[in-house]
Order: sequence, then C-alpha cells, then structure tokens
Amino acid sequence: MEYFDTLIVILQSTVRVSVPLILAALAGLYSERAGIFDIGLEGKMLAAAFAGGAAASVTGSAFIGLCAAIFVSVCLALVHGFASITQRGNQIVSGVAINFIALGATVILGQAWFRQGGRTPQLSGDARFTTVELPFAAEIADIPVIGSIYSNLLSGHFLLTYLAFALVPFTWWVLYRTRFGLRLRAVGENPGAVDTAGISVTWMRYRAVICCGILCGIAGAYLSMAMTAGFVKGMTAGKGFIALAALIFAKWKPVNVMFACLLFGFLDAMSIRMQGNELPIIGVVPVQFMQALPYLLTVILLAGFIGKAIPPRAGGVPYVKER
Amino acid sequence: MNDIAIELKGIDKKFGLVHANKNINMRVRKGTIHGIIGENGAGKSTLMSILYGFYQADNGHIFVDGKKTVIKDPNAAISAGIGMVHQHFMLVENFSVLENIMLGAEESQVLNAGITKARQELKRLEKEYELEVDPDAIIEELPVGIQQRVEILKALYRGAEILILDEPTGVLTPAEADHLFRILEQLKSQGKTILLITHKLREIMAVTDEVSVMRRGEMVATRTTSETSVEELAELMVGRHVLLHVEKGPASPGEVLLSVENLTVRDSRGVDMVKNVSFNVRAGEIVGIAGVAGNGQSELLQAVSGIRRAVTGKVLLQGEPIHVTGKVDPSELRHRGLAHVPEDRQHMGLVLKFDESENSILGYHDDPKYLSGMFLNIDAIRKDAAEKIERYDIRPPNPRLKTANFSGGNQQKIVLAREMERDPAVLIIGQPTRGVDVGAIEFIHKRIIEMRDAGKAVLLVSVELDEIRSLSDRVLVMFDGRVVGERAPDASEGELGLLMAGVEDTKEAAQ
Amino acid sequence: MSVPYAKLPAWVDYGLIPLINLAVAFLVAGLVVLAVGESPLRAASLLIEGAFGYGEGIGFTLYYATNFIFTGLAVAIAFHCGLFNIGGEGQAYVAGLGVALPCLWLDQFAPWYVIFPVAILGSALVGGFWAMIPGWLQAKRGSHVVITTIMFNFIASSLMVYVLVDVLKPAGSMAPQTRTFAESGQLPRLDWLLASFGLDIGGAPFNLSFLLALVAAFVVWVVVWRTKLGYEIRTMGHSPSAASYAGIRQSRIIIITMMMSGALAGMMALNPIMGDQHRMQLDFVGGAGFVGIAVALMGRSHPVGIVPAAILFGVLYQGGAEISFEMPQISRDMITIIQGLVILFAGALENMFRPAITAFFATLGGARSDKPLPAAE
Repeated sequence: MEYFDTLIVILQSTVRVSVPLILAALAGLYSERAGIFDIGLEGKMLAAAFAGGAAASVTGSAFIGLCAAIFVSVCLALVHGFASITQRGNQIVSGVAINFIALGATVILGQAWFRQGGRTPQLSGDARFTTVELPFAAEIADIPVIGSIYSNLLSGHFLLTYLAFALVPFTWWVLYRTRFGLRLRAVGENPGAVDTAGISVTWMRYRAVICCGILCGIAGAYLSMAMTAGFVKGMTAGKGFIALAALIFAKWKPVNVMFACLLFGFLDAMSIRMQGNELPIIGVVPVQFMQALPYLLTVILLAGFIGKAIPPRAGGVPYVKER
Repeated sequence: MNDIAIELKGIDKKFGLVHANKNINMRVRKGTIHGIIGENGAGKSTLMSILYGFYQADNGHIFVDGKKTVIKDPNAAISAGIGMVHQHFMLVENFSVLENIMLGAEESQVLNAGITKARQELKRLEKEYELEVDPDAIIEELPVGIQQRVEILKALYRGAEILILDEPTGVLTPAEADHLFRILEQLKSQGKTILLITHKLREIMAVTDEVSVMRRGEMVATRTTSETSVEELAELMVGRHVLLHVEKGPASPGEVLLSVENLTVRDSRGVDMVKNVSFNVRAGEIVGIAGVAGNGQSELLQAVSGIRRAVTGKVLLQGEPIHVTGKVDPSELRHRGLAHVPEDRQHMGLVLKFDESENSILGYHDDPKYLSGMFLNIDAIRKDAAEKIERYDIRPPNPRLKTANFSGGNQQKIVLAREMERDPAVLIIGQPTRGVDVGAIEFIHKRIIEMRDAGKAVLLVSVELDEIRSLSDRVLVMFDGRVVGERAPDASEGELGLLMAGVEDTKEAAQ
Repeated sequence: MSVPYAKLPAWVDYGLIPLINLAVAFLVAGLVVLAVGESPLRAASLLIEGAFGYGEGIGFTLYYATNFIFTGLAVAIAFHCGLFNIGGEGQAYVAGLGVALPCLWLDQFAPWYVIFPVAILGSALVGGFWAMIPGWLQAKRGSHVVITTIMFNFIASSLMVYVLVDVLKPAGSMAPQTRTFAESGQLPRLDWLLASFGLDIGGAPFNLSFLLALVAAFVVWVVVWRTKLGYEIRTMGHSPSAASYAGIRQSRIIIITMMMSGALAGMMALNPIMGDQHRMQLDFVGGAGFVGIAVALMGRSHPVGIVPAAILFGVLYQGGAEISFEMPQISRDMITIIQGLVILFAGALENMFRPAITAFFATLGGARSDKPLPAAE
C-alpha cells in the first residue's frame, strides 16, 4: 500500500509536469506538420508565461492573463511565420532568435514593470487558476485503489490540465477528420500539391503557425498561473526543448505526443522523487541521468536505432513555385 | 453553339532573356484529343502552365468555351473546368487516394460528410471511365501508372471538362501507356476535351485528333492527325536547321577506350531510366547520343562517371573495369583518364560562389600540382587558371572573379578548360552548349573536335540534334532508356527525329 | 526559374546590407530601452564608456570577446559546410573537463606553460568528441544535426552537473565546483599588453587565451580558405552535388567539420576556467555558445568579421554590466535581447531589405543610363 501511494503521488506530479509539455508539443505539431520547423517553442512559452503572469497580476483576472499569454505568443509565432514563410529565411535561425528575444525581454520588462528581480507579483485569488474537484471525489476517496486513483490522480487538477488532455483527441480529430487538418498535413508533405489544388500555401502555413502560437500561449499561462503563482525568470527551463524532443519521439503524431510527454514527465517526476533514493534492482541512479534520459532517448530514436522518425517531407523548406 | 473548348490568342511569355512563348495562337475543339508536340524547351510546358494559372502570360488572352477568361491561379483554372495532370505528380505521397482526391475540394469543414460523397463520386467516376483505384490505398505504395490515374481522377472529381496531360507516358511502361490511351479515348467519348503534351510521335499518331507543333517558343503548325504523317511532324518539330558548320576531317577510330555493356540504371523513384544499354567509344571518335531530355541520357552519364550507382552492367575504361554497381570514387576515375563535363553545369560542374580559379581545380584539387602539403598552392592555382583563361579565351580574364558573374558560355569554358586540359583518355560531355552564347558555341565545338583529333574517345550527349549531327562520327539515339538505333551523322533529320520520338522502324516508315 | 536577386556591388552586399540589418536590430533594442523608460542614447554612451572608458573596462570587454571569438568561429566553420551547430554551448561545457582535469592533475608539479598546451589539447579533444557524435549521426544515420546538437546541450548539462556535484567537488565543500587550481593552473594575464597602451587592467581577467583566440581565428581562415580540406568543406557547403561530382567524401567532411567546430567551441573553456575563475564552476559557459551564433551570423562566417563581432558582444557584456549600475532597469538580459535581434535581422531576415536596396540602386543605375553599361551578360 505504501508503494501504491508513492506511485499515485509520482503519477500525480507526472500529470502536473506533463501538461506544459503536451501543450507545447502539440503546438509544435501544428507548425511542423505544416512544414515550418519551430525550435522557438521555448521562447514563445516563456513570453506567454510572462505575459500571463503580468496581465493577471495587474488585472486580477486569470482569464485576462490567459488572453494576454496567447496574444503575445501568437505575435512571436507570426514573427517566426514572417521570417520563414514570407521572407523564406532559415527557420532554425529564426527560432533561435525568438528564444533569445523572449528570454531577455521577459526579464527586462518584468524588472521595469514590477521591480522584483524579473518576477511578476505573486498571484492569488481570481488571478490564479484554481483546481477543480471532480464530483464525488471526496466521497469515494477512501475506497481502496479506485478511490485513490479517482480522487488523487484524476481529480483536483486545473481546468487547463483537463484542457491539455482534451486537446490531444481534439488535435487528432482536427488533423485527420477536418478539411483544415487535411490541408495542413498536405502542405507539410508536398506544398506543390496544395498549390495546384488551388489552395494558398502561404495562408495555410500562417494559420498553422498561429495555432502553434495559441497552444504555446496556453502552455505558458499554465506555467505562470496554474503550476506556480507568478512568473519567475527563465521558468520554462528547457521545457520547450523537451516538448520538441517529445514531438520527434512521437513521430509527429498527436496521441503519441501525449504518451511521449507523459513518459518524459514521468522521468522528471521520478528524478525529483528519487533524489538520493535507491531504486529496486537498479540501485542509485544519478538524478542527472534521469533528467538527460528524454534527450538521450530522442537522439537514439533520431539515429534510427528504435524505429525511424521521419519528419514531414517539406519541413524546413520554404515553398518556391517551380517552373 | 460553340465547339471550341479553348482558344489562345497572342500568348506571350518571357522569363528574363528567355522568350518561352512567342505570340501563341491555338484552338482546341471540344470533345477531341489535341496533341501538342515539340522538342525540349519548345515552350509546351510553359504554355500549359499559363493555361493552368501557374504563370501569368505577359500578353494575350485565353478563351474558355468562347468566354474570355482570366486565369490568375490554379483555382481559377479549376473553376473554369480545366484540370491538369502534371509531369511530376502533385500528390501527397503518404496520403490515401481518397485524401488526395479530396484535397482542395472537400466541400465542408468536417471531412466525414464529404468522405461519403467522395467515395460515391469516385465509384461513379471509376465506372464511367474505367479508372479502378482502391480509395484507401496509400499513394507511395501504388505503381506510377495508378498514381497517374489518381491524378486524372483528381481532375475529374473537380469537374474538369478540359484535361491537360503533361508528358503523361514518361514514367509509364508500354502496357500502362496503352491503358492510359484507352482511358483517354473513354474520356473523349464522354465529351471531355484532352490536351496531350508529348514529344513522342507514336502517341500523337495513336490517340490524337489534331496536333499542334511547337518549336522554339512558337506555334509552327496545327494539323489534323489523320491527314498528316510522322515524317511531316518530325520535320516540323525539329525544323530545317542550318547545319552548323564545323571544320572536321574524317575520324580515324582506334582501340576501344570506353565500353558499356548491359547497363541498367534506376532513379530515386525506382524507375529504370537506363535499360540494358551497350555501346563502345573508340579513341579518336565522337559518339553522340541524341534524344529528347529525360530518356535516360542523364542517368547514363552519371552512372558512367561514377556519380550514380548502376543496378547491373559493366563499364570498361581503357580496358579496366569500373565497379559501376558499387561505390565508385569519381576522383579515382579522373586519375584513370576519365574527364566529365556534366550536364548540370551550375549545380554540379561548378560552385557558383567560388572564384574562377577555385572552380578550375574542382575534382582535381588533390593533384599535388595545386598543393603544397595539405595547403592549397594559391599561386600555382591562379597561375594555372590564368593560363587556361588565356587558352580558352574566358572573359573577363580574371581568375579571382566569382563564377556566378561569368556568362553561361564563359562558365562552360571554365569547365571545359578544366576537363580538357587534363589530357584525359575519355571525355564525357553533357549538353556542351546549353545556355551558351552563339560566339562560344563555335569555340566549344572546335575544341571538342580537337580532342577527337588528339585521339581521345569522346562521348557526347546533347538534346540539340544539329549539334549531335555536326559533331558526332556515330549517332546513337536514346528513347525510353534504351538505345533504339545507331545512325551515321548524315542520316536525315526526319529519320533521327522519328527515332527520337520512339518510332523504331524508320526504314519501314520511310517507305 | 529562380533568379535570386539582381547583382549588387560587393560593398553593398558585404558591407551596407549587413550594416543596415545590424542597425535595425539595435534600433529595435533601442525601442525596448525606451519602453522601460530609459534613454537609448544615454544607454549607448554608458555602454561605450563602460566598455572602453578605462583600462579595466577594456580588459573585461576583451575577456568576454575571447569567449565569443571561439564560439563564433565554431559556428562559422560548421556554416561553411552547410551545417548548423547549435551545440557550441554543450561542447564548451563538456570541454571544461579537458581543461580542468589537466590542471587538477598537473598544477602541483608542472608550470603553466606545460599545463596550457595540455589543456588546449584536452579542451579541443573533448569538445571535438562531443560534436563528433552529432556529426557522425548526421553523416551516417541522417539525423538532423540541429536537433541532435540541441539534445546534446542538455545531455552535456546533466552530465556536467553530475560530474561537478558527485565527482569533482572536493570533500566537505558545498559549492558544485572543483578546487581552485594552484598558480601554475592559472593563465598569465595580459596586463602588459594593455599597459603598453598606457592602460591599467585593474582586476580584469584578460588573459593569454585572447591571443590563442586570435591565433585560432587565423588558423580557421587558413584552414577554410587555404587548405585542401577547407576547399572540400566549402564545396560541400555551397553545393553537395558538386561535391559528389568532385569525388569528395561527404560523410568524412561532415564528421571532420563537426569535430573542428566542437574543438573550437571547446577551447572557449580555457578562458573562464584557466584565465578567470581558476576552477571549474557550474554553468561556466554562461550562454557564450549561443552568442557564437549571433557572432557568426554578424561576422558573415569570416574570421575578419567574427573578431570585431565578438568584440562588439564583449562591449555589450561589459558595457551592459556598467549600464545596470546606472540604470537598474537594464540588466545583462538586455544583451540577450540584442543577441536575439541580431540573429533575427542578420540571420533569418537577412534579405528583408535587399529588394528595396536593389530597387534603390537600380534607380541610381537608371539615372546614369547615359553612361555605357559594363558588358553585362
């Protein structure tokens, strides 16, 4: 029973840390499936976290914070879109640039506006997202196993958490069951086919990039307004890159993305939990190894040692009409 | 009652200095198969791209069904009832057939409703035109012939009344091509109008009702197919070229320096581009390979020069085998006396961002002459380049100028100088004068003859028939990956034209 | 047919357009300064004064520039091969081992001039090794070098935390760092160099590795433009199909280039470890690997451009520290913004102003059309 409780606790924190990963990885999925590589997930998430934290603390409204987060993230996504779609610039370079601009700007503006060393003020009350209890969570909490799973693992999360998990099937549905999704996937595989079918490649890709911005915005808002109560300098701490790794690990498929993010989140949760503790059979695993594992796994996957990760065929290539 | 499906009036298009379409006028009658024939670069594809809205004409008007129609993008073409089957299929390879067909014509935001309809419609089209395809098959798992069928279905699904097919049989087997023609007949009988672009006379004679001939951007003639002959078309297509005058004595062929036996080469799509080709090139002769581009010449050159791996076959260079079916090091072949002027000068033969002297050593940069230890001997390289510049009259005579800033002719001279000055035993030249100004052509031709007279074996590939005829001592014609005939260079243009168009039995046809 | 852009005079191509891009980046940065309620002009003058106003400032400026020369060269040499090495940060970090271990082993009984060459070799080898793996994966397994180098940055970071906390931390110490090296593990400062200009270096850690960086810049120039290897690298970078035509072995070139890139990034570790802190600390690279991207883009991948670009970023780092005393609103993070803006405008948007400039020069040309045109073809 003790192991079970520990497991529940670990899984609970797995869910908690997976949410921003899922949101950001899905964001990357929209963009990359349309042929725009995006290594600027980190920057967009960070900027959104700051915008959310700042707007919520000023207005006292979590909703306005969320809107601000999404707005800022979409603006950065449009910069990336302008550079990579309209100007046909290097998508990697543009993504790197956005990461740095966000990293610096959040601190400079945060310091200028709030003078708390790059933090935004602590959020409380309506300015922060609150957790929701699922019906009867308290009542059945005492039932062994099922009760514990229901009330401790499934219940008591933020709305954004449920939203993130709901977005996984939703994204799948959009991608495979709607016109938008069909065209989005096509434009990332063969923009020529889309162009000759009478659809604007440019507009399609801009829309994909905007979707990416919206989701990164929500991910950022979750970080500063749900997971913690306020923005802290550099708070994404590489989550954008883990999300990128998860996206590749999931071979750009929505449901796989969720599992990859949960796996990476689980490793993260374990590494915190296991600090210094011995694992059965394996013995002491350095916590750093657990932290590096998502990246290691992704590299191994990329090397084709466990299946092959084939990116969208037109990814990273600006579309130029050929003669 | 208007029986003209499409009328083009005064269509004119320039790409920079290239005049791709010159004042084109054309009428296509409804319910017919109308062929457009011409050599490479005659402007067929450009004209069709204008019709499909991929490019805008600089001048001229398009009338569809007698109505003046502005086609500003493919969308406009689709709504005017024009569909196009591109030479390189515009399909999303990892999509299903159904998804490809629906793309851009989904009808509703959510696919579900559309899918059912699309399936029904697809079934109807399949029945009506005998175009069976499994709607759930993934494109990349289908043979090319079926992929093409999907392209046709795509156009029909959008309600195309006029169907343009751009070189549709290029990637098909003869059986698949025959099937395609049956489909086209079927479409015609249902009242569709078909524009068939091709360079193959056999196809024109087999399926078209009328045929328009293009040559060098101009529309030179339109004929009723039943009232014309392959000879007339071949002549119209090739034109009566003035034979370029090249001073050339008789050849005195020596021993075989390059021998190709049963060579088969496959391209990246898995299509056999060179099929069981065999020939020899002797010292002191120029063997020209004629043919319309895309009939396997490029792949042949690449395989012989070690850039592309062959599937089967043997190549002997000065009697010694080249391991063409395995990994070949092109620089080793250079050491063994094989020089190669590649067809694609700008991407393969030169690095345009390098200065002239740097390009003058490409491929020979490991020659000790240009090195001192691991360092480049810049002085030696520039001096060497300056000498070549002088001998080949490369202008401007500046070895430090960026290669992109030289004209096409001078760029080609840079490559020729590099390859010829090595005194190779075998010289392979692809498209020696493509994009080269008239002044330089004569110079380049002279040099090629000089190489022959110096006892080199020269293998020449060109899509310019007059070039082949004026330079070669023997002419091989390639069609559909095979060498379909060997002729003397003084064979008539008509005869060579027929071979190039896939009519093999020219003796018979000429009777 | 894609006609890229009309021809422009070389000075416009290599001088004016990069300068305009850079100017726009700084203009936008100025707007940020304005947005936080400070005067951009005053900030600029504080910046210049902080970086160049006195000997110690100059010493610090050049100390920072040393890091950026190394990492800028690392990114640049990979660019020449058509590779984007984002992993300079991780390569430098891991290469710290190649510097710290020789110092820890040898500082008791060998003088600095013995340890220094060993550390140079060590840093280059370790950095080169760390970049070789992504290079090998790209060449042989087709995994994109951008993604793998990003991943390797994080792996490097975890590895180094482990090494510093669990292996190299002296017993009884709390701080995750090695012990401080004895004097022979410390590089001589270049106070005499500045003193010859009549400047007092003060406490600035401006040291011998600056000269090594200049040597490295020269060596990179020689390798890229004056050796057979460099010729092959550039051929690969400009046109892979020309490289295969020329018989250049592509995977070999990719791996070697990545190793050289990693070695250059790795040598950056000498400067902070042996030249300043005299021990290896957590996160001693401090983003210099990423600054290298901006420096390489700004310097157009040429050592002659990279050295001044690195000094400019040195100015930003040092002057930025000065500004933050006077203007508490503007911290070091301002540099990160500028870095991002430089990467954006000099990299991803490098051709944004080109059409306008081309049009401008075309009208100039049109106005002088009475003159005979040079034989253009």
